Amino acid sequence: MDQNIPQVIQTVPLQYYVFFATALFSIGVLGVLTRRNAIIIFMSVELMLNAVNVLLVAFSAFRSDPNGQVFVFFIMAVAAAEVAVGLAIIVMIYRNIQSTDVNLLSRLKF
Amino acid sequence: MASCSTIPTIREAQASRYIATNMNSIILLSALGLGNLFLGFRRSNRLLLPVMMLILGLVLTVNFLDWNQGPQSFFSGMLIVDNFSVAFTGIVLLTALVLVPFSQKYVLDEEANLAEYYSLLLFSMVGAIMLASYNHLLMLFLGIEILSVAMYVLAGSDKRNLRSNEAALKYFLMGAFFTGILLFGMALVYGATGTFELSSISFAVQNPVNESLRPMLYIGMLLMLLGIGFKVGAAPFHFWTPDVYEGTPTFFTAFMSTVVKTAGFAAFLKLLVQVFPAATAQGVWLPTLTAMCVLTLLVGNVGAVAQTSVKRMLAYSSISHAGYLLVALVAFNGALEGASANGILFYSLAYSLATVSAFGVLKLVADARHREDYAGFNGLAKTNPLLAFSLTVSMLSLAGIPLTGGFFGKFFVFMAAVENGYIGLVIFALLMSMVSIYYYLRPIIAMYMRAADVDTAEAVPVTTFQSGALLVLALLTVLLGVLPGLIAGVL
Repeated sequence: MDQNIPQVIQTVPLQYYVFFATALFSIGVLGVLTRRNAIIIFMSVELMLNAVNVLLVAFSAFRSDPNGQVFVFFIMAVAAAEVAVGLAIIVMIYRNIQSTDVNLLSRLKF
Repeated sequence: MASCSTIPTIREAQASRYIATNMNSIILLSALGLGNLFLGFRRSNRLLLPVMMLILGLVLTVNFLDWNQGPQSFFSGMLIVDNFSVAFTGIVLLTALVLVPFSQKYVLDEEANLAEYYSLLLFSMVGAIMLASYNHLLMLFLGIEILSVAMYVLAGSDKRNLRSNEAALKYFLMGAFFTGILLFGMALVYGATGTFELSSISFAVQNPVNESLRPMLYIGMLLMLLGIGFKVGAAPFHFWTPDVYEGTPTFFTAFMSTVVKTAGFAAFLKLLVQVFPAATAQGVWLPTLTAMCVLTLLVGNVGAVAQTSVKRMLAYSSISHAGYLLVALVAFNGALEGASANGILFYSLAYSLATVSAFGVLKLVADARHREDYAGFNGLAKTNPLLAFSLTVSMLSLAGIPLTGGFFGKFFVFMAAVENGYIGLVIFALLMSMVSIYYYLRPIIAMYMRAADVDTAEAVPVTTFQSGALLVLALLTVLLGVLPGLIAGVL
């Protein structure tokens, strides 16, 4: 490896990263809106966050500015904390109703 | 993480002030919150409530030591403590201080983990303080997350109750989803401007290097607007509010609808004033924001009329108050010291005081009588005159009747809007606040004019701390309504 990572990242044009991240993000949004299983919704949210990470790293490498990459570390750390809390909430619900289907939770109506 | 583009004035300010002061309130809250956890090892919970009130009182005092010290910046200018942030931190801490006495039920409850609840509240206030003092989009993100993650846990703190579970799941999934949207917006703004620093973004927005990046910037801004709009519960992203507020244990609902909302609006205002003030950018923000504002006012007020549960009515009422605060945001006049900022400050204070007392009375009545509908308040004036009085004051303040803080809150907000030429919007908001009088008067009528029935004949038990807190809240609300000059125009 005599090339450093920002240079490797820059071998692909920036637009491709933007399109890729937008596609990944859209898949995540669609997943949240259409799936009914709490765990799959949760996975879709993680997909959205990782699309953001890809985008930030790409911008950061193309601008030679470390801020974006540091931001990614914070997003990862916070996402990990969110996973811990979110899975705890899902387990708590599973214990009460033996399911993770969000449609079963209709005690509170819109 | 030193930012390459920090403007020199901030660097100098940082160098000269770093040793002199520190972020007292954030450090104190984190350290004392941790210490508070150790108190949970004791078998008895009785010490916790007084200790919690002491901690909040201490932090509240320390917070105001930074008043008028000029802007101080921390972490290479990522956090800035100025009068704006001190004032909003003050509201947050004061709200929490008068709110904690209503957690008395948990002190006697063997199942409740009171030390953990209190520590999570303290930690989430760290997030609220960061939201009032951020100067870097990373701090905005961290502030929102610190505030929200603690609230996800507290929303589900009633583990056996399915409604509480559901509220936690809904809040969590929607909150994480909108955090993703907010982050995508931030990433696009970063791509278009090359920085996360508020002043540098604002500079880059006004002096674009590359015109072709403009669409990316606008999409990023709109996505950020959606993300924050969700956090403050503005329509059309309000759909989670009634459900989550109703399912969450009432004590934490009160915290959500006051502290979270106040901090959210402080962050929203900073974003509008310090990041996207350029005339070109307003062409994107303003129409969206105005539409959100009108929709929020409509949904909140009309929705509240139809409710049969007082708790759900208060949830819709908190949506409608987000609408009034959005009126001030639409009319912001370009500085954190301006009429809009002062209007939002006064409004947040008046709203927080009234809401805490409304939720406090609701919690006491609901705990004693196991019902949350209007009829549960029948005859309360006979059995508990103090509760009935303080609920009346808070309802009148929320409705914006003169001689209460809520009246001047609405007055300042609407004045700021009229000065900036948004007369149509103000007329609409006034019409909506007339609608709100209908549902705010319903509990008052139930308490004073309806006779008590079999379920509601007994007095509701109230502790000394609680009646003290209710008296202080009613007094402050009336004081704000009689002498608004105490708070108005301090920024």
